[in-house]
Amino acid sequence: MSDTTAKPDQSPVIAERIIDEPSPGERARKRMFSHAGFMFGMFVLLTIIAIAFLAPLIAPHDPLDQQLARKLIPPVWHDHAKATWVHPLGTDQFGRDYLSRLIHGSQISLLIGFAAMLISGVIGTAIGVAAGYFGGRVDMVVNFIITTRLSLPVVLVALAVVSLVGNSLTIVIWVLGLLIWDRFAVVMRSTTQQVRNLDYVAAAQAIGCSTTRIIFTEIMPNIVNNLIVVATIEMAHAIILEAALSFLGLGVQPPAPSWGLMIAEGKNHMLFDPWLVGIPGTALFILILSINLLGDGIRDVTAPENRN
Amino acid sequence: MLIYALKRLSIALLVAITVSLITFSMIYLSGDPAIALAGETATQQDIENIRKVYGYDQPIIVQYLSWLGGALTGNLGHSHYLKSEVSEVIFQRLPVTMTLGASALGFALALSIPLGVLAAMRPNTLVDRFALTIAVVGQALPSFWFALIMIFFFGVSLRWLPITGSSSWLNFVMPSIALGYYVTPAVMRLTRAGMIEVLSSDYIRTARAKGLRPVVVLFKHALRNAIIPVVSLSAVQFGFMLGGSIVIETIFAINGLGQLAWESILRADLPMMQAIVLVLSCFYIVLTFLADLLNAFLDPRIRVS
Repeated sequence: MSDTTAKPDQSPVIAERIIDEPSPGERARKRMFSHAGFMFGMFVLLTIIAIAFLAPLIAPHDPLDQQLARKLIPPVWHDHAKATWVHPLGTDQFGRDYLSRLIHGSQISLLIGFAAMLISGVIGTAIGVAAGYFGGRVDMVVNFIITTRLSLPVVLVALAVVSLVGNSLTIVIWVLGLLIWDRFAVVMRSTTQQVRNLDYVAAAQAIGCSTTRIIFTEIMPNIVNNLIVVATIEMAHAIILEAALSFLGLGVQPPAPSWGLMIAEGKNHMLFDPWLVGIPGTALFILILSINLLGDGIRDVTAPENRN
Repeated sequence: MLIYALKRLSIALLVAITVSLITFSMIYLSGDPAIALAGETATQQDIENIRKVYGYDQPIIVQYLSWLGGALTGNLGHSHYLKSEVSEVIFQRLPVTMTLGASALGFALALSIPLGVLAAMRPNTLVDRFALTIAVVGQALPSFWFALIMIFFFGVSLRWLPITGSSSWLNFVMPSIALGYYVTPAVMRLTRAGMIEVLSSDYIRTARAKGLRPVVVLFKHALRNAIIPVVSLSAVQFGFMLGGSIVIETIFAINGLGQLAWESILRADLPMMQAIVLVLSCFYIVLTFLADLLNAFLDPRIRVS
């Protein structure tokens, strides 16, 4: 504050001082590195993504190779004669190496989560921004579409549609993507409403920018933070839904190593071999947790004032 | 208020009609519903018969209108698999799912509102951190896995609770927790945010300044205002839980609408599937309508805008 009241002949010093101050980007980066949840989420998620990409290289066995001679070997931490470092996480009831299945399963979860999030993100953002920017009739129609979508029970409709259309990875991705865009639409609508009344949008309109240009160069850059936060929420949502669908037998089909499917297959052996359910469930939990922490972290870092 | 209510009602009716259209066209996703109903071993003659009996040979618009007309008069069709009226089966199963949903919501509110209030009273302290951790962990736990873990510990290892069926209230303890905890983070965050906002407002300062006991200020003055959005969120979440109970009911073998839905999906009982989606959607529409009205009643500012 004292800088602004300084005398004109000290201006070089002022300039220096202003330059010395951290830029908004630097400040955001500083907040990022000091935000424990963000760093943890980022680190874990990147690790899982790396594991998914390197799956064929790092998985010790073929995830689909069934050998009944080595079935239901417990993980190494079990004090059991059969436990061996050859199968660190043991094997399932078909004698497939559990660690390899877990590693390959990360590909399915991430692929479905990311693809379904992209589809729903495009739909939700398009109609949400349109509603927020144009208002009036468009807003009414979009609101109506959102309300209609919300009144359809997601899990039930997804299960029914997958059972009627047939279940493949692609179909599961599309069904989820076409169902979970509601949060994108709701959030993008309200943030666009806030941004479109700001002076710089009015200025862009005044100098005659086209609507497309205003939306893409004035509105979008200013709502992208919220967009990323919703994207993390919906990616986690899609991953949980896929696991639930696969768990009920109507998602990814065996023998694919989907984590939800692994839990379903392990369920019948849960009494004596609880790790069959515990391990893939823990993996799912860690993945969702890291995505959620990352999302919360991005929200805190980009808009600290919205934390509460 | 009346104008607001009528406006909401007309929107709700429009949504219901749209939902019925979507639900109706859902069965055509498989191509020919008669073939889907007949199964893999059916002959051409069987398929023709089914087409006639179910009216799939009529124009689609006629089919839709007769289905909608039936639905409005409580006739949701005939389940060829269960050999009984769809509406009868649904009304038999509905109370079970309602009980589950209500007790799940009860559990969620009993846990999340006190936690939210505590967190708001002492923001950024250990209590707040604890509440936040519960919220973050809760959101990351897949409910079906959480249900299995509970079955393993409380049902199989400790033998405290029955793991399947719906005969006594004990059967509902674990399913209610599994279904309800997922709602907890959202309700808790909303309570906390509302309480923090209200607690910093002028009338709370006045109430404190004139020497009211902290308990009275907290519950009579603050919570009453902070709870308004929670009421409508609860109604919405109750609707979500009825739809989401399909997973939980399947795991705990609870004889409700969710399990019926899953069984109907597995045996391609199309009229039953349609009816369940329609009934649950309409429930949600009614709940949000009531929540809107309640909100407008509690907060006059909403009525005006």
